[in-house]
Amino acid sequence: MIHDFGIVWSERSLLLGGLANTAILSALAAVAALALGIALAPALMSRQRVIAGTAQTLVDGMRCIPFLLFAYIIYYGLPSLGLRFDNWSSGLVALIVYNTAYMAEILRGAWKAQPREPIEAGIAFGFSDVRLFRRIILPPLLLSAGPVIGNQMIQIIKDSAFLTIIALPELTHAASSIQSRHYVPFAAFITAVFLYWGLCLIIEAGVGSIGRLADARR
Amino acid sequence: MSGGDIAAILQGAVVTVTLSLIGILIGLPIGLGLALLRWANVPVIARVVTLYVSISRATPLVTLLLLLFFALPNIGVPIGPISAAILALVMNTSAFNCEVWRASLEAFPKDQYEAAQAVGMRASQRFRRIVLPQIIRASLPGLVNEMSLLIKVTPVLAVVGVVDITRAAVRIGAETYEPLPPFLVAIALYAPIVYALVSLQRWIERRQAAAEVAA
Repeated sequence: MIHDFGIVWSERSLLLGGLANTAILSALAAVAALALGIALAPALMSRQRVIAGTAQTLVDGMRCIPFLLFAYIIYYGLPSLGLRFDNWSSGLVALIVYNTAYMAEILRGAWKAQPREPIEAGIAFGFSDVRLFRRIILPPLLLSAGPVIGNQMIQIIKDSAFLTIIALPELTHAASSIQSRHYVPFAAFITAVFLYWGLCLIIEAGVGSIGRLADARR
Repeated sequence: MSGGDIAAILQGAVVTVTLSLIGILIGLPIGLGLALLRWANVPVIARVVTLYVSISRATPLVTLLLLLFFALPNIGVPIGPISAAILALVMNTSAFNCEVWRASLEAFPKDQYEAAQAVGMRASQRFRRIVLPQIIRASLPGLVNEMSLLIKVTPVLAVVGVVDITRAAVRIGAETYEPLPPFLVAIALYAPIVYALVSLQRWIERRQAAAEVAA
């Protein structure tokens, strides 16, 4: 057993490369999905029925599709419509588009729970729609939705593991190649599991400090 | 895409639904058991459960599945794709269920428990008649949510060779060189199942909110 971990250690550059890819992919996807989710949230809360309805249908539809199937459609399905991406861009696009729906829904939920008074005060002060959203609505929204956004980021890391299926060289893919090269399945995959756990603990710590910030500002 | 292809995807749907149901049915009581171990603060074991839940919640299902499928035979436990799939689903979902159960156990009013103690109920009676009915109600939305998440991760089971909806669709796409139609059929199968669960969750939440207003 110790010997098996020695083999994994000797392949550490492969594993760390996978870890780096997982981290980069998840970080890019998280930032982009959050930004797009922020852009989409006002549409969900729009007072115009048609806009809100369309946005809600898109978001609900996306949330009903398994991520893996969605990634397959981007990677294998879209080329028949003439849109061809390599595995990196397919994986990233799939992660971003899919999680945008979740981020927007998270923000909508937190928005509905926000107190009305500051928003009405903002309107009374004559803030334009964009400034009202950016300066009055968004900052407390991000603080109160922080923990749930953190959970979604953990979900993004876990979703990124699915991309091993389209041969994206992320952490699970690296563990798979070590296992097939040396036949050390337990050592290879348990190391990957602990590395994922480490990533999640980092995010949880980050969410914890945002939570303290939110408490301090209250 | 022929009628036979659609039948093949439907056969995959039977596999997807069966495995999900088995995962849910085994995962629910195990999750409750884990939550009780933590709630009762059983020395050492509660710590181990906490660690187990934390790691399982952070582990992607693919990684867990590959670990079980390749490593268990390696240490002398023979395991087929279906059993590996069920084991992985149960390990994954029971960790999440544990957190849902635990949240409602933590929120359970202590005075009711003490009242039951005062009228002389035994521990098993207290749990069965006082605690369980109420925490089931409180946990229901979270548990249904976890069920829809479980169905959404089942396509991963195809990695070890389980022929579910997604694997059947991929195979047909590869045979016909037209991947989009079978994928759309697959979406048409997944979406209603997940949507039904999401609607069920919203309906339960609304009903409970209404019951709270009435009370």
